[in-house]
Amino acid sequence: MKIAVCIKQVPTREWQPRLDDSRTWIREADAGFEMNEPDAYALEEALRLKEKHGGEVVVCSAGPARVAQVIREALARGADRAIHVEDDALASADAFVTAGALSAAMRDDGFDLTLTGLQSDDQGFAQVGVILAEQLGLPHATIIMEVQAAGSGVRVKRELEGGWFQWVTMPLPAVLTIQSGINQLRYATLKGIMAAKRKEIRKASMSATASCRQKIVALYTPEKSKKTQILGGSPAEAARELVRKLRDEARVL
Amino acid sequence: MILVIAEQREGKLNRASWETIAAAQTMGGDIVVLVAGASPTGPAADLAAARVKEIVTVEHAALEPYTPDAFVAGLQNAITQLSPTYILLPHTYQTRDFAPKLAARMDRSLITDVTLVKIGSSEPVFVRPMFQGKLTADVVPVGEAPHFITFQIGAFGVDAVAKGSAAAPVRALSVPVDASAIREKPEAPFQQAKQAVDLSQAERIVSVGRGIKEQANIQVAERLAEAIGAEIAASRPICDAGWLPMERQVGSSGQTVAPKLYLALGISGAIQHLVGMKGAGTIVAINKDPDAPIFEVADYGIVGDLFEVVPAIIEAVKAS
Repeated sequence: MKIAVCIKQVPTREWQPRLDDSRTWIREADAGFEMNEPDAYALEEALRLKEKHGGEVVVCSAGPARVAQVIREALARGADRAIHVEDDALASADAFVTAGALSAAMRDDGFDLTLTGLQSDDQGFAQVGVILAEQLGLPHATIIMEVQAAGSGVRVKRELEGGWFQWVTMPLPAVLTIQSGINQLRYATLKGIMAAKRKEIRKASMSATASCRQKIVALYTPEKSKKTQILGGSPAEAARELVRKLRDEARVL
Repeated sequence: MILVIAEQREGKLNRASWETIAAAQTMGGDIVVLVAGASPTGPAADLAAARVKEIVTVEHAALEPYTPDAFVAGLQNAITQLSPTYILLPHTYQTRDFAPKLAARMDRSLITDVTLVKIGSSEPVFVRPMFQGKLTADVVPVGEAPHFITFQIGAFGVDAVAKGSAAAPVRALSVPVDASAIREKPEAPFQQAKQAVDLSQAERIVSVGRGIKEQANIQVAERLAEAIGAEIAASRPICDAGWLPMERQVGSSGQTVAPKLYLALGISGAIQHLVGMKGAGTIVAINKDPDAPIFEVADYGIVGDLFEVVPAIIEAVKAS
């Protein structure tokens, strides 16, 4: 099975947001970056499918030069080669532009299966995987918790809301968006890190045809919807005050 | 005209459809509500109570059970017939499955997970969370109408829907769907395991997130739960790691809860978690990060190390 995994590089969980001068995007110089968590699960699923059924895992990423870091990490975990659509404009691109950049670069490879995370921890569109499927003319399924090979297709377990699930079968090639927690992630070994240095990263430029379909006009710190009472002092003092308030003010203890 | 696409399964309307109607009513202008399925007349009759111009049903056997191929084909045809300016949907898992494909096929904008619409003198501006809720963005669509907008679950209240003085008219729209062109073959939905705990009935909940650091530390939270008579719950990463069973997960993919008291220990407050618990009466957040989004919904907050704070709370409860 020839499998593509689309990964995105996003700010780390610990990152404290700061805005750039335009106040429509973040100050990237202040941010640390890491692999988008749902994409890491998609990569792991692709590696497991390859171990079971053979084939190749190709990691694809659309972003500025800095995304080479997560591409190297994916190669170190076991991906065979990579495609990097490199362009500074991709750092803050919308889902149409990102999917357009990926689909143009991936089209000629003719992947049997394309996996990606269900959404990214930065802009959180939850759109790129599905738009990619449309641009490549492929069937898709989203929020997937299990992938089985089924003849010439795949049978996948789709998560519904409120603890419900559903199996769906579809022909290959297809696109799946993967839910976090589908598997247990592996870490790169020293051997993997060394091997990654010799693996191919094909650079592609962004196709000029992709046009954006939404624009951020302002970015800001959320306004608090509630007035939160922050209880200070030592842990013991804060705890005593909390218990008092829960008992006397909120009357919930 | 604003087109609201309601969601139903086997004749049962998804409550989030009402929230989307409430969102549409804040935008002003004519509202048409579309409901699609094998037999959507029941939900259509319910929806007719809302103060809207009309309800449109799209009835076709190929639309149930749900598949993205049938929905994209059917809705594209219906939208072309109705020619709305905005198309509003609840940001459910089903919408997330088909809306990007529909928008891409029509080459139209799609703004997802919107929590508020700002109406000024010019075009509406759509407000949505970004960076896991650490920032908020004002977003406008680019390109020709119609523009697709999806609304975060819980962002608009079902109670906020204005009802009409008389039932809105219901009209059936004829839409062809080629069943043989559907590539996805779905099986019947099922629940993974019998839900042994029903967190939705719990009066108090102690919930743990990534800040608990390791499985052995869950007992810290369990001791607190025991001291105040609470059920234990968790955010998704904890259940993903297998530290607590999936049935104890609170959030969009788990249970929705509304206890009198919700204590969030080491939970950052990603949107997916907040939608499952922000209906709680009193919310307490304990987190070492003062900027964690959980503090935006909390009534009481303690910024600190939960491993120091939680034992102190247990002591304070026992002392009083």
